[in-house]
Amino acid sequence: MKTKETTTYFWSGNEACVEAAIIAGCQFFAGYPISPSNEIPEGLSERLPKVDGIFMQMEDELASIGAVMGASWAGKKAMTATSGPGFSLMQETIGWGFMTETPCVIVDVQRVGPGTGQATKCAQGDLMQARWGTHGDYAAIALSPNSVQEMFDLTIRAFNLAEKYRTPVVLLADETIAHVREQITVPPLKSLEIVNRKKPKTGETEFFGLEEVAPMPAVGEGFNVAVTASTHDERGVRFTQDATVHRRMLESLNAKIDGHAGDIVEVESHNVDDCRVGIVSFGCTSRAVYEAVERAEALGTKTGYIRLKTVWPFPDEAVRRLAKSAERIIVPEMNLGQVAREVQRVACKTEIVKLNKIGGGELITPEEVFNKIVEGGK
Amino acid sequence: MSEEFSSRKYMRDLKLPFCPGCGLFSLGDTFLKAVHELGHENLNGFCFASGIGCSSWIPSPYFLADSIHTLHGRSIPVATSIKLVRPDLSVVVFGGDGDIVGIGLSHFVHAARRNTDILVIMGNNMVYGMTGGQVAPTTPFKTQTTTTPYGSFEHPLDAARLAVAAGAAYSARWTTAHLKELKESIKTALQMPGFKFIEVVTQCPTAYGRRAGFKDVGEMLKHFRENAVGAQQAEKMSEEELETKIVVGEFVKRKRPTLVEAVYAMIKEAKTSDEQD
Repeated sequence: MKTKETTTYFWSGNEACVEAAIIAGCQFFAGYPISPSNEIPEGLSERLPKVDGIFMQMEDELASIGAVMGASWAGKKAMTATSGPGFSLMQETIGWGFMTETPCVIVDVQRVGPGTGQATKCAQGDLMQARWGTHGDYAAIALSPNSVQEMFDLTIRAFNLAEKYRTPVVLLADETIAHVREQITVPPLKSLEIVNRKKPKTGETEFFGLEEVAPMPAVGEGFNVAVTASTHDERGVRFTQDATVHRRMLESLNAKIDGHAGDIVEVESHNVDDCRVGIVSFGCTSRAVYEAVERAEALGTKTGYIRLKTVWPFPDEAVRRLAKSAERIIVPEMNLGQVAREVQRVACKTEIVKLNKIGGGELITPEEVFNKIVEGGK
Repeated sequence: MSEEFSSRKYMRDLKLPFCPGCGLFSLGDTFLKAVHELGHENLNGFCFASGIGCSSWIPSPYFLADSIHTLHGRSIPVATSIKLVRPDLSVVVFGGDGDIVGIGLSHFVHAARRNTDILVIMGNNMVYGMTGGQVAPTTPFKTQTTTTPYGSFEHPLDAARLAVAAGAAYSARWTTAHLKELKESIKTALQMPGFKFIEVVTQCPTAYGRRAGFKDVGEMLKHFRENAVGAQQAEKMSEEELETKIVVGEFVKRKRPTLVEAVYAMIKEAKTSDEQD
């Protein structure tokens, strides 16, 4: 890794995630083996000790995400990597992390579910789990890479958003992006923006639920911080009966994320204001969309697309804009219609065309997307 | 000791949440006495982690210290990473029997196996107290609880001996009728590296005692005193004889390479090999 010049590498998505985590300042990883995420812990077990970081393989995913939270409160940037079944086990603690405003990164390399499903095969079925996986009302941040380059870029961004907004951030990857090998460019390290959490000044006592993101002390710094996922006030004092304190806290925690959607949401868009057919896609599926759109446009079909780099908060504005010009919006996804449901919510008067494929890791092909585009005539 | 012991010095000015007669008052107080006798003027060198259940309220938020109140059963993983990142801190877990050896059992066993440098103090009230008195993995055989109206039909877990088998550096069991021994035990544990476990059999008059047939707190403490058997003496007794007894004392006190030592040695090695590359 060069600090002053641009370098190119030929990496898999999981390898790119490892290097990006180190660059982002990750100093702690805890995880449990699960396909198809294993190259991430394997890589970090070698890389972390060399940068004074700590790698722990824990006894299960409950322990893994717990250790990640503890490391974050001890002052380190921390992460885990898993797949659907492990992601399910982590959900309770992800809610704990939201309530206690604990920055951390959770990489979910999606595979076919539910249950054990098909452990090594690609899918995109955890989208809603990344949003609503834990109980109660909460706001989530989830990013979705569609290339090895983006696995790198969005890993760094995931850490930056976690630190900036003091919340768990999910990197919602998929088996294809995790295992495909592509050339990637690592910019000069000095040019990369690395965000670190805001620390309190000596004497400060309010560390939770402030209007702006509250400063976060670490344990052992003399702040006597009391951390709890019970309803609490700005000082961390529990209020397990009081409705007002709970409402105030939850409103502030949700506003912290939803109120900054403009900063968090990133999409790639093409021809959204002048298209007859629109497409909304994310992750590996979007790679088929590029080729399909090129072919459709060559035939004279005005086609526009949005590709979700941020899946949560959902890019409502971008979809609304697409819906203004598109007569139909095609939503290809490797699940039974999770993004389509969101697109329908936002673009309720537009015809939504679902294109779903599940099982066996079979990808949606450019041909299948192209056929949907031209189905309704030129 | 520079001054008289006062628990208030180490505590936030808050009203404790425990029921009248609860053994956890004594447990918290005994811990702070041990801290005081070791010469700590405050709790700055400590970090506490606890889960969900009455025992978990001992440090959080009542101790004037850093405390992380985790989810039910998950205090040990959180304590593990805190200790790894901050080996200079004394990391102490407080939890109940349900928290530590029910829902969190796997973490307990693995922390002992790793010889993770933390102290786990388990208040064993033999019941799920905070939820109203349901049967626990520690409830004695044939005891009546809210979910065993005909008496419990499972056998209780011996957590202190399990810790020994799993690899703990220190494991002891006392009751709230043995506060002096408990205090010495806590002092010993706080000065040792590795995984330390202290089980404290404690009275819960509200959710356990009245259903299990105890008239009052005094009777529960009397029961603890009269049925306590020293660890050495217990070795000569049969399983049947021990069924109704509480074995107290130190079960192990040994030196084993600890997790913190091993992790930092590995980091040093990894960095050296990097320089040679």
